Amino acid sequence: MRVGVVTFPGTLDDVDAQRAVRVSGNEAVALWHGDRDLHGVDAVILPGGFSYGDYLRCGAISRFAPVMTEVIAAAGQGMPVLGICNGFQILVESHLLPGGLIRNDHRRFVCRDQRLRIENTSTPWTSAYERGQEIVVPLKNGEGRYVADAETIARLEGEGRVVARYVEVNPNGSMSDIAGIANGAGNVVGLMPHPEHAVEELTGPGADGLGFFTSLVERAFA
Amino acid sequence: MPKPEILDPQGKAVLGALPRLGFTGVSEIRQGKRFELEVAATDEATLAEIDKLAETFLANTVIENYTVRVEQA
Repeated sequence: MRVGVVTFPGTLDDVDAQRAVRVSGNEAVALWHGDRDLHGVDAVILPGGFSYGDYLRCGAISRFAPVMTEVIAAAGQGMPVLGICNGFQILVESHLLPGGLIRNDHRRFVCRDQRLRIENTSTPWTSAYERGQEIVVPLKNGEGRYVADAETIARLEGEGRVVARYVEVNPNGSMSDIAGIANGAGNVVGLMPHPEHAVEELTGPGADGLGFFTSLVERAFA
Repeated sequence: MPKPEILDPQGKAVLGALPRLGFTGVSEIRQGKRFELEVAATDEATLAEIDKLAETFLANTVIENYTVRVEQA
């Protein structure tokens, strides 16, 4: 599949995300924040970083970039969209995903290899995993605490839309240990940890993150 | 301002520093943002526009409340 990876001013993890796309057997297409079309990609990744220096709120300015108009429209038509870290923040600011991401409860930036449990394997980004499978990928954020009102949390839990949950340690105070969620249709997934940093043994804590990117291929040939 | 039900770690950190500075009697601090916008007129249409700007961009109403106040220069 052709997978677009968007670069905003201040994005850091676009190159790693492109590499993860290639390692998983897909074609990576670089998208620019000023693009007004998606160059025929089949899926989009919003990578991590500090777009616009996290000014105003994390993701709040990127949400109004020209490319996001296209991403929001395509997401509405079922295109797979994965937001990682800052990308997750952009997705909640875009209202493609519910809730918000605020400063970690302990107020410090956290950087660690984090254990997660994959709880929803029906999304185009997680179908390569087994339900309940535990993986370890890097996590690095200052504002990664997932919050939502009680009704939203109940709906996410009830509809099985918690895609990944923190195991052993809740690194940022996220409600219900939520590390990642999906929209109602399942095509849009936001994730605070970084699977793109764990696709090769040499450079990460392992290759547990690769499944997020190979899932797309499985879907294409399913 | 962060909504009342949202934990405000920055406000808590500021609150935590007060006793060290010798200030007592403050039981709660919450930290928000203030934007100063300069406009030529403050008629109803302009204020409605600014309210929309605040709702869609300056504040994230999922986690924040906002108020618009007019001050004459």
